[in-house]
Amino acid sequence: MSNVLKLDDVVMRFGGVVAVNNLSLEVNKGSIVALIGPNGAGKTTAFNVITGVYMPTSGKVSFEGKDITKEQPHKIAKLGIARTFQNIRLFKKLTVMDNVLIAKHLHLKSGLFGTALHMPWAVKEEKKMREEAEALLEKVGLTAVKNEMASSLPYGQQRHLEIARALATSPQLLLLDEPAAGMNPQETMELTHFIKEIKDEFNITILMIEHHMDLVMEISDDIYVLDFGQLIAHGTPEQIQRNEKVIQAYLGVEEDA
Amino acid sequence: MNKRTKLLLNIAALVVVILFIIIANELFDSYIKRILNLCAIYTILGLSMNLVNGFTGLFSLGQAGFMAIGAYTVAIFTVPIEARSLIFYLKPMNAFLSGIHIPFVPALLLGGVIAALFAWLIGAPVLRLRGDYLAIATLGFSEIIRIVFTNAQTITNGALGIKNIPTISNLWWTWSIALLTIFFMILLIHSSYGRAFKAIREDEIAAEAMGIGLFKHKVISFMIGAFMAAIGGGLFAALLGTVDPKQFYFTLTYNFLLIIVLGGMGSISGTIISAFIVTGGLEWLRFLDEPMSIGGINIALFRPGLRMVVFSILLMIVVLFYRNGLMGQREITWEAIGEFFKKLRTRKTRNAKGGAKVE
Ligand SMILES: Nc1ncnc2c1ncn2[C@@H]1O[C@H](COP(=O)(O)OP(=O)(O)OP(=O)(O)O)[C@@H](O)[C@H]1O
Ligand SMILES: [Mg+2]
Repeated sequence: MSNVLKLDDVVMRFGGVVAVNNLSLEVNKGSIVALIGPNGAGKTTAFNVITGVYMPTSGKVSFEGKDITKEQPHKIAKLGIARTFQNIRLFKKLTVMDNVLIAKHLHLKSGLFGTALHMPWAVKEEKKMREEAEALLEKVGLTAVKNEMASSLPYGQQRHLEIARALATSPQLLLLDEPAAGMNPQETMELTHFIKEIKDEFNITILMIEHHMDLVMEISDDIYVLDFGQLIAHGTPEQIQRNEKVIQAYLGVEEDA
Repeated sequence: MNKRTKLLLNIAALVVVILFIIIANELFDSYIKRILNLCAIYTILGLSMNLVNGFTGLFSLGQAGFMAIGAYTVAIFTVPIEARSLIFYLKPMNAFLSGIHIPFVPALLLGGVIAALFAWLIGAPVLRLRGDYLAIATLGFSEIIRIVFTNAQTITNGALGIKNIPTISNLWWTWSIALLTIFFMILLIHSSYGRAFKAIREDEIAAEAMGIGLFKHKVISFMIGAFMAAIGGGLFAALLGTVDPKQFYFTLTYNFLLIIVLGGMGSISGTIISAFIVTGGLEWLRFLDEPMSIGGINIALFRPGLRMVVFSILLMIVVLFYRNGLMGQREITWEAIGEFFKKLRTRKTRNAKGGAKVE
């Protein structure tokens, strides 16, 4: 199997803090990979390095064989990596529909003036964008609230919308930062199915940070465990569950939601 | 409400405005016409500032500077060639420029293009940075432009300014260009680019992660805003018939800031309403700048500048207590008006049925 994403010896230092230390990992095409570890282990920082929010102190990030270490975030999104955020970052005062449409702007073909002046070809493209957005909202079950303001949605639906928005960019790789944070067991179970569904439906690869171990163990093909910025284990869910280091650093400790 | 009805309503509204312009042109005296012209110009400037500050979430204070560029471009190129030696009597006009005369509309557009170029020059270094550097840069730019215009004697006639600019005395120019600007703003905001601007305003990090290039889109918004401001400035020059550097003090930008804050950052209809309120208010409060005496005693408070003090206080009150202004980010749409009347009607019928029944 070929890898979609590859990190080589990535180091991310903030002043004296080494948030990520020599992280190497590979995400295979079509798989669901989990990145786990205690609070402050450097997981979100790894996401920020992958998506270009931070430029790593050293090391290399490649996406589909291309070096993207120094790319800007919007270019990386255009290449095909989309993400959600640990603390939901929707466009709060805009509608659900607009949130999804905005994520389609990066593929806009009409030029600025054609688009701004609503020329026939731009109107046609806008119509197509809307149809695709409608279809996407239908798939994630948000059609009924498409004209609501994003901030007015209940928490669970906001998480779904954030995933829908990321999917709207038509990514090959989707990064989910704690998608089940703040969810009850029932909601977490639904989310588990949802993630599997979208993976098949949209034919994407998923890299996910998550603290809910049931979810992680059920859907991951591969798990990487970080502790204090260091990779301490890598393997299948079964291997990770049996790994002494992991149990000590993470699983043994009270799990926080 | 379907598209056809909306189109008809839009046409009806346009007809009403046109009728109003025709009647106003006939009936009103030049003083009121001047104010109405100013309302249209302030609408254009308010929209320009709202595009950048309200819709894109940038903090630009360069309106007066871009306006000055537009005003001076129109002044320099539309003043009749034969009048120029009289106007530039201290130092003759630059030999190259003194022979060039451009009709009003191309001069107006040229001003817009030059302003947009300056916006690019300021924006290119500053808009890459996060934060409010733009406010400082635009503020500085606006002052520098004024100082340059004061000193470029052979081009701008320095502090004397340029007089005898062919004036517009009816309402057609300003109002039709204001209508065009409103129309353009509505189209722009309701396009994919408009949504991208709003996304940047809402959350830069999320917008970037969704593939929106922050720098590119900020520059686009800023350049369009500068273009519009210069168009307003060009009309301003043609309305007054004279330009001089003192008209473009930084305090002029205050007026537009008040318009967008009062009307609602991110509301087109709010900007239009508030442009009329602010322009009317500024005119009405003019007495504050005049000396005033009660029973023969001169009240020291009333002196030039008091008007701006009152306005600054108003601005602070709005910012402190009415964060969202009149409209917030909402718009007056036909749907909203329809809803309003529906509610009014149901309330009436309910009252007619016997009043205070609790439901
Ligand atoms: N921009 C930054 N500047 C300075 N330090 C940072 C920055 N971002 C992250 N850190 C530090 O890096 C370390 C790792 O943080 P990170 O957010 O990546 O952890 P995490 O694994 O996502 O934790 P959690 O499970 O709590 O989300 C922390 O010590 C954090 O304080
Ligand atoms: Mg995190």
